[in-house]
Amino acid sequence: MDLKLDHRTEDRLTIVEVEGEIDVYTAPRLRELLIDLVNKGNFHLLVNMEKVDFLDSTGLGVLVGGLKRVRAHDGSLELVCTQERILKIFRITGLTKVFGIYASVDEAKEAHGRDK
Amino acid sequence: MATVELTFSALPAHVRTARLVATAIARRTGVEESLLDEVRLAVGEACSRAVEAHRVHCPGEPVRIELRDDSGRFEVVVTDVAPSDDIEADLPSVVDQPLGMMPDPLAAGFGIAVIAGLADDVEVQASPKGMRIRMSWPAAANGLAAPA
Repeated sequence: MDLKLDHRTEDRLTIVEVEGEIDVYTAPRLRELLIDLVNKGNFHLLVNMEKVDFLDSTGLGVLVGGLKRVRAHDGSLELVCTQERILKIFRITGLTKVFGIYASVDEAKEAHGRDK
Repeated sequence: MATVELTFSALPAHVRTARLVATAIARRTGVEESLLDEVRLAVGEACSRAVEAHRVHCPGEPVRIELRDDSGRFEVVVTDVAPSDDIEADLPSVVDQPLGMMPDPLAAGFGIAVIAGLADDVEVQASPKGMRIRMSWPAAANGLAAPA
């Protein structure tokens, strides 16, 4: 499956919907979207990965790059993910300590609201 | 021992094909369903690393992947011919680094660290002539050779 990307803004939180495979071939599209969103002033991003079938280290690199960019603007980049196969790669690399990872968009929005 | 060999041009689009082939053969070889995601990810990481290395050093050269059923193990060997050194083979310790100090994941051999976390048997040989990553998983004793 290819990669499908969509995004919407609710309050000050920009939710990025990702569906499909994030790998060395498709990750550049996600990178471009994250860069574009930050360049347009969206500094609080929530990436919903519930429909992601595959994620490799290239995809992790894109997410880390996005996090660095939003942090430069005192922003945030958090994730929604409950799939064990995707969570495993975050655990292997220790990135569970770097990203806020939530079980649902609503849960993330609630946490984001508390932090505002 | 039954072996499948695949060579592909160093293009990112082909990495997915390599993953699909490896996963299909792993299943056919008798690798447990619960391990197939690990096979898919590890093979993808090895092939992605090789493709990126070839794109930098030798874009016209193909990447080679061998998949074999060897005495109850499913073994995958990914070989590239891009010059590499031993430093790249060292597994990076990214966990304790602050975000600002975190290296670029691909450049730091992040993929190899992921492979090491996935396959229970990994061997990385880096040399000026290229890198060879061998990894294996338990499989059925008569997997690939068995009739359908």
